Amino acid sequence: MTTVDETIQDVAPESNQELKSIAKQDYKYGFITEIESDTVPPGLTEDTIRIISSKKNEPEWMLEWRLKAFRHWESLLDKEQIPDWAHIKHPPIDFQDIIYYSAPKQKEQLSSLDEVDPEVLSTFEKLGIPLEEQKRLAGVAVDAVFDSVSVATTFKEKLAELGIIFSSFSEAIQDHPELVRKYLGSVVPYTDNFYAALNAAVFSDGSFCYIPKGVRCPMELTTYFRINTENSGQFERTLIVADESSYVSYLEGCSAPIRDTNQLHAAVVELVAMDDAEIKYSTIQNWYPGDENGNGGIYNFVTKRGKCLGARSKISWTQVETGSAITWKYPSVLLQGDDSIGEFYSVALVKGRQQADTGSKMTHIGKRTKSTIIAKGVSAGQAENTYRGLVRVNPGADDAWNFTQCDSLLIGDQCGAHTTPYVEVKNKSAHLEHEAFTSRVSEDQLFYCNSRGISVEKAHSMIINGFCEEVFKKLPFEFAVEATRLLELNLEGTVG
Amino acid sequence: MTTTSPLETYLTDFADAAREYQVARAGRDPDWIADIREEALESFRELGLPITRRGNEEWKYTDIRPLVRQGFSAPTFSEDDASAALDLESLNVGDAEWHRVVVVDGRYSAELSALNNLPDGVVTGSLAEAVHSETDAVRAHLTRLADHKEQGFTALNTALAADGALILLPRMAAIEQPIQVVYVSTERTQGTASLPRTLIIAGEDSSAAIVETHVSTSDEAHLTNAVTEMVVGAGANISYCKVQQENESTYNVSTTQVEVHENANFRSMAIDIGGRLTRNNLTVVMAGEGSNSDVRGAYVISRDQHVDNQVIVDHLVGHNDMNELYKGILDGHARSVFHGSIIVRPNAAKVNAMQVDKNLLLSNDAEADTKPAFWIYCDDVRCGHGAACGNLDDDAMFYLRSRGIEEEEARMMLIRAFVSEIVDAIQEPSIHEHVAALIANKLDNL
Repeated sequence: MTTVDETIQDVAPESNQELKSIAKQDYKYGFITEIESDTVPPGLTEDTIRIISSKKNEPEWMLEWRLKAFRHWESLLDKEQIPDWAHIKHPPIDFQDIIYYSAPKQKEQLSSLDEVDPEVLSTFEKLGIPLEEQKRLAGVAVDAVFDSVSVATTFKEKLAELGIIFSSFSEAIQDHPELVRKYLGSVVPYTDNFYAALNAAVFSDGSFCYIPKGVRCPMELTTYFRINTENSGQFERTLIVADESSYVSYLEGCSAPIRDTNQLHAAVVELVAMDDAEIKYSTIQNWYPGDENGNGGIYNFVTKRGKCLGARSKISWTQVETGSAITWKYPSVLLQGDDSIGEFYSVALVKGRQQADTGSKMTHIGKRTKSTIIAKGVSAGQAENTYRGLVRVNPGADDAWNFTQCDSLLIGDQCGAHTTPYVEVKNKSAHLEHEAFTSRVSEDQLFYCNSRGISVEKAHSMIINGFCEEVFKKLPFEFAVEATRLLELNLEGTVG
Repeated sequence: MTTTSPLETYLTDFADAAREYQVARAGRDPDWIADIREEALESFRELGLPITRRGNEEWKYTDIRPLVRQGFSAPTFSEDDASAALDLESLNVGDAEWHRVVVVDGRYSAELSALNNLPDGVVTGSLAEAVHSETDAVRAHLTRLADHKEQGFTALNTALAADGALILLPRMAAIEQPIQVVYVSTERTQGTASLPRTLIIAGEDSSAAIVETHVSTSDEAHLTNAVTEMVVGAGANISYCKVQQENESTYNVSTTQVEVHENANFRSMAIDIGGRLTRNNLTVVMAGEGSNSDVRGAYVISRDQHVDNQVIVDHLVGHNDMNELYKGILDGHARSVFHGSIIVRPNAAKVNAMQVDKNLLLSNDAEADTKPAFWIYCDDVRCGHGAACGNLDDDAMFYLRSRGIEEEEARMMLIRAFVSEIVDAIQEPSIHEHVAALIANKLDNL
């Protein structure tokens, strides 16, 4: 053992040096696209909401719902009930200084991709989301949301043949008001929390997806979010309803240009799964994280929740979180149907001065419900990473089962890794196991790699990839590759 | 402060009592303690009691409003002694051979205490007397660890605690028999609060097993608001077992603050079988390198009992080992709360810490709430935690039944085995025997 320790000592000073030369890896998606946009002046009043609603030509019930949400949000603001329990620090947000609506200027409704502003299209190409390419080759249907509105939805017709509705939220309000009205706010009501109320009041677009009974969606559905306009907030809303015995796999990706001011992203995602339905929801979140001194970056305050409404339904969340100055999100599952299943797989990587407070909530309501939480946190630089989770077993949830594992890796002696899991059990037949482990990258493993001629940096990358593999393998195949690469890019320069 | 009126009356009542107490003690106690009491009274007025749970993580799962509604009155400071008529052995508090400091209704009882044959230099007995006689170590440590500026209950105790126990072990002292501090509440305390205070100072390389027992002689409700401060000196080897065996109408809020110095070995054991509502705030501060802490607890509760263990282990420095294991058995409408926090401060490298809470639910009306948390600001650590909750293992049950063991007996075997992992960690045989008997008795009466 002494020989190993000595060797490590030899390696350590050098790697420590490199550890300190933290993360110079540039944020590659930080360009600004010069396009004309239709922007509402900053500030939030009832009028702002009326403007957003009328720009989108919304029906009266939609406006009413927004206004109710706005009044609720205002009352929370008056009572100073802004959530402050998360382990994050930021200056107070001036909600009157945010642009609540910004859309790329369009002359008329688009009927095909060819009509989309070439600038916008080239932005997506730079991001590696070539809509044209994907349309033909990848077989992935993409709904791209630029600032606040959805600019293009690919493969819509092909999906329509199967009865699948995949469109922007605005279109869905026009074309399928009965569905939207039925499910909007049914999982995340506007009273849920401060940012959910804000989103409900001002959400400008997002994606809507409905999979009819017995249909297995033949391709991955994707939404790509981008914040372009300075000082604008993005408030999109996603609603996915999987009817009986249907299946859908859905992926969202995000990025934003480099700005030295903080931008707010407060999204809401609602999933509903009926009997025997399955929804797989994957996120690769790479919002601009701010510079190394913590200037700028996105505040990613998101409410995501799925409801396993039907018996034997399943909702699975997979997330790879590498971006944002601050991440505050807890994708959750309400396990209402008997024998339903909830899953949460997460990798959260923070470096520089990023802060993440993320985890999952599993609420067991139906009988024989099962849930699994696997959360991997990696902290580097001066970043703070907190896992926060809740597993609740209600009195009627006989034979509920949960397994939770939340592990953390620390890279460098300036970062923090915290774990705050809550377990609440009100039924004696519940079976719950929770385990967590926090450490730095094992010296023995590093030594082993070094002795095989693998550099410290490569070894770190390998070990961290191994640490996260359990989550990566839950991603759709082509995105697993992307996630692995994203992690490597983010780790460059962070480790010795 | 926004308070309901019962709480207002309550606070005023206590504050008045503290004021009276200070007037009564004026000129009799040294100035420094009078100043601290004054300061604590001020804090208590500001802090009040934690009845608001919204946004209050520390009291998320424990509602003390019933405690407030009961309207316990402040202790009276009569000089007469209630201990004369008391038969300690009938209370089943432990081995008669142990060294004992007995405090009855808030007053030290010289008659019931048994402090013979202690090594030279060991000081045990009344804390009030030690304060009065200006013992240096008492002045140096009393109120140093338990923060009366943050916690309402601690402020209340500090302002009003009239007496309690002192255990002072000089350097190298090795005590063979356990030293026990017994806090007895008789029927005279019905409807009142008692505020016992304990100070334990273990000098360098000393060793002892200490038991702190809370017991009541009647079934009447009272409130115990106890504060214990303990310094575990460098190289000392101290085990501390706190037994809560008060009646099931009683509210008990106990705060224990421990400071562990370098190369020391500290073992803590919390046994909770009594009380209507028990809240244990245990904070262990790892202040020196090379030390080892083993923090355990077992709670066996039924009917409407509520036990809340808040355990903070704060590593100020590194090169420490820490193991924490709590286990609970819940029947009836019982509810347990476990909130563990392991903190590793920046630069406290080489910390090995493990934290586990496991619960066995025997009833569908019982509830277990667990939160094992980490706050880690240093990379060179190995910290793990776990939590489990469930019913008896079907396979184990089947195995025992297949060997011809009756169902009820098999069930009891498994339940006993579940909790024995905690109890069997008690190294001192007489303490082990006492605790095992208490738990077996409680299990028979679930």
